[in-house]
Amino acid sequence: MTISLKINGKAVSTDKDPETPLLWFIRDEVNLVGTKFGCGIAQCGACTVHVDGVPIRSCITAIEDIDGSDVTTIEGLASGDKLHALQKAWVELDVPQCGYCQAGQLMSAAALLAENPRPTDEDIDVAMNGNLCRCGTYPRIRAAIHKAAKEG
Amino acid sequence: MSQFSASLISRRSLLKTSGALVISASFISSCGNADTSARPNNTPADNIDINAFLSIDTNGIATIFAPNPEIGQGVKTSLPMIIAEELGIAWESVRVEQSEIDSKYGNQSAGGSMSVNRLFNPLRIAGAKARMMLTQAAANKLGLPIEDAIVENGFVTIGDSRLSFGELVKDAALLPEPDPKMIKLKAVSDFTLLGKRVGGVDNPSIVTGKPLFGIDQKIPNMHYATYTKSPAYGGIPKTVNIDEIKAMPGITHAFIVEGKGAPAALKPGVAIVGTSTWAVIKARRSLSVEWNTEAAETLDWDTFVNDAKETVAKPGPQIHSDGNAENAFKTASKIIESTYSYPFLPHAALEPQNCIANVTGTAVEIWAPTQTPTRGKNQIAAVFGFEKENITLHQTRCGGGFGRRLENDYIAEAVAISKASGVPVKVQWTREDDFADDYYRPGGVHGCKAALNEDGKLVGFSNHFVTFSADGKKPLGPAVYPNQFMPRHLVDNFKVDQSLQPLKMPVGWWRAPVSNAFAFVINGVLSEAAHAAGKDYKDFLIDLMGDARVLPKGWGGGMDTGRAVGVISDAARLANWGRDMPKGRALGLGYCYSHSSYVAEVVDVEVFEDKTIKVHNVWVSADAGPIMNLSGAEHQCVGSVIDALSTMMNLKVNIKDGVVQEQNFDTYPLMRSTNAPNIEVNFIETALKPTGLGEPAFPPLAPAVCHAIFNVTGDRIYDMPLSKSGYSFST
Repeated sequence: MTISLKINGKAVSTDKDPETPLLWFIRDEVNLVGTKFGCGIAQCGACTVHVDGVPIRSCITAIEDIDGSDVTTIEGLASGDKLHALQKAWVELDVPQCGYCQAGQLMSAAALLAENPRPTDEDIDVAMNGNLCRCGTYPRIRAAIHKAAKEG
Repeated sequence: MSQFSASLISRRSLLKTSGALVISASFISSCGNADTSARPNNTPADNIDINAFLSIDTNGIATIFAPNPEIGQGVKTSLPMIIAEELGIAWESVRVEQSEIDSKYGNQSAGGSMSVNRLFNPLRIAGAKARMMLTQAAANKLGLPIEDAIVENGFVTIGDSRLSFGELVKDAALLPEPDPKMIKLKAVSDFTLLGKRVGGVDNPSIVTGKPLFGIDQKIPNMHYATYTKSPAYGGIPKTVNIDEIKAMPGITHAFIVEGKGAPAALKPGVAIVGTSTWAVIKARRSLSVEWNTEAAETLDWDTFVNDAKETVAKPGPQIHSDGNAENAFKTASKIIESTYSYPFLPHAALEPQNCIANVTGTAVEIWAPTQTPTRGKNQIAAVFGFEKENITLHQTRCGGGFGRRLENDYIAEAVAISKASGVPVKVQWTREDDFADDYYRPGGVHGCKAALNEDGKLVGFSNHFVTFSADGKKPLGPAVYPNQFMPRHLVDNFKVDQSLQPLKMPVGWWRAPVSNAFAFVINGVLSEAAHAAGKDYKDFLIDLMGDARVLPKGWGGGMDTGRAVGVISDAARLANWGRDMPKGRALGLGYCYSHSSYVAEVVDVEVFEDKTIKVHNVWVSADAGPIMNLSGAEHQCVGSVIDALSTMMNLKVNIKDGVVQEQNFDTYPLMRSTNAPNIEVNFIETALKPTGLGEPAFPPLAPAVCHAIFNVTGDRIYDMPLSKSGYSFST
């Protein structure tokens, strides 16, 4: 079975095990390692990517289930050299501590802003509740989302 | 965390400059934080090594090598800032690289909140020496007196002449290094970079998903491996369906690995090696292992707690005694008696353990996210018999540490599997592996007694501590009683009894080791005593501290009671302590001296009828001496508060028949963003030596929340986590 995906705008076909989780496919086979493995059971959100614009947990998403889809990873969040407003805000407010969860946080936040350009604190809490940060950067994540919404 | 293993960096090795001129062509890329616009042009520049920590190129861009592992505590930014401050260069002209692992950097480690504490002076000296060499080069070149030189923003100015570091570096590198006696360091009050807010140097790479972490590394012909160990520590694989596993798609090797080395250096298990992470994870689902558990751990946590609570009701073997506690209890006007417990905890760093090893003959090359790369190298040499010079270890950024990566067992696994399979291997743990095989924060039970005289003054204190021992004689390292922990030396009559229970599994250093649990117990007893004395807990604590003085040295030096009172008073001031609160809501206070830093926290907590709580505000007052990076320091305090809230409310591992029951985040509910309170941090910046902040803001939080809950409801909390007493976060 050949599965075809578009990853960050680039067409990719594979004959690999169709059950392969998208997470391991993009990390091991496509060599995009920005998307992180944290739990494998959709509890932590570190593996969040967009499939056809919708944020999903790539650790539990088999590639066979998204054949023909458009996938955006953290590596595809910027437009060329132009960082996404969230990426800029993340740097300006020094959001990361260890940084491991941040790709997933950014992808969830980007999906939120695409739907809701001026989210309230409550909107942010709901959208970001699936993303754990073991270091506790939540207050800066919230501030950075507001900043990006304002300046984006 | 590694209080016992932290050795002082060798000043001699640090200060030795090469003398020889090492030149290499260097293109400054956008990595690190170097602002490329600061460069005069984009031409290649000669890059000149000044010392182990620093090279400067002929365009005036400095490369500073960050020696210690970055685990989220910010030292890849704050340590280079110290060098840049003394060097006299604009931060925009600095780029930072993680250093190699080499004895010239001393013991490279991230633990015990010791990086800044230990390296502050050596790194200032390294920066100052370079500055003096550049200044001397300028004076020589201009024929002007060095005494008139001013160094600022990467330029040396003497009179009307101004030369850039880039113009001076080649000459400077040829000069002899300055006499250590001639080195004049900047006064803290003259700092222009330290104390400012500086963003993490890896932030641009983090937000664009660059391969920074251990898990992101790849090498040619790299194979992937899982490693399956006994569910109960100490089990040994007896029968394994190796042939079946070997025949599975994408699997190249499967074999049993025998355990080796000092306790837990390399645990026995079953390796599955294949062509992708998914191939080995999938094959593992078919793995069937029968374990020989004769020598395995058998701890049952609930039984332990029940037994220990009976044990502490009676006296046990005494390990510390000042004055006469028994006598104080006999003559006391009031006695408070209570029993506290706290559970085992896993570290649960978000990046599951992983390591790449490539064994080729008698040499091995390793890529590892570790907190102790120097020790890791030594351990691999000891366990596998490699000569140290044949081990190359590359440190990567770590996706969290919290003390777990002080242990290097996953490095040993990668080396063992590469050695046995003959191919380069990346060992990848699953989250379940990480929960099952940790060096857990040991649980404990305390039976405490406090004696008050008729004036409500604390006159006696005793603590019967039930903890764990491997040999039946002494407690395991992180299960030890910290012998100067308050209220020792603050009360005339003090004693500690200690009863030991056997434990086979290893335990480990967990963010703010020992203090993370003791602060809950001791603040709890002291706030009970304050209440019994009819006193406000803040006033009671300040009275207890007494006159400003430095108490006898324990972990991290002796506590200065003046600085303790400083943060307690400051936290109270920030929170407007003593004000009227709305119904159902109260303030609570916690204090702890840990890792040489002083932190007091006041929390504003609302408690609802259904035992849900909302923590509205947290005020943190910290005294860690001068602050290096204000953004990073504040980050550590806020992160510690959130970690402590999370841990206090819901976190524990339950151990049954030696097996940890929790396996993933579905049963280990780390706090999510919804429950994060407003947190305000204030630093009292005494002009003393800076101390660390990765841990000290953790311990005071839980006791502060418990104090606030008591102030609302009258309910005392004696057991962690709070979920055990029916509490949860309101949503």
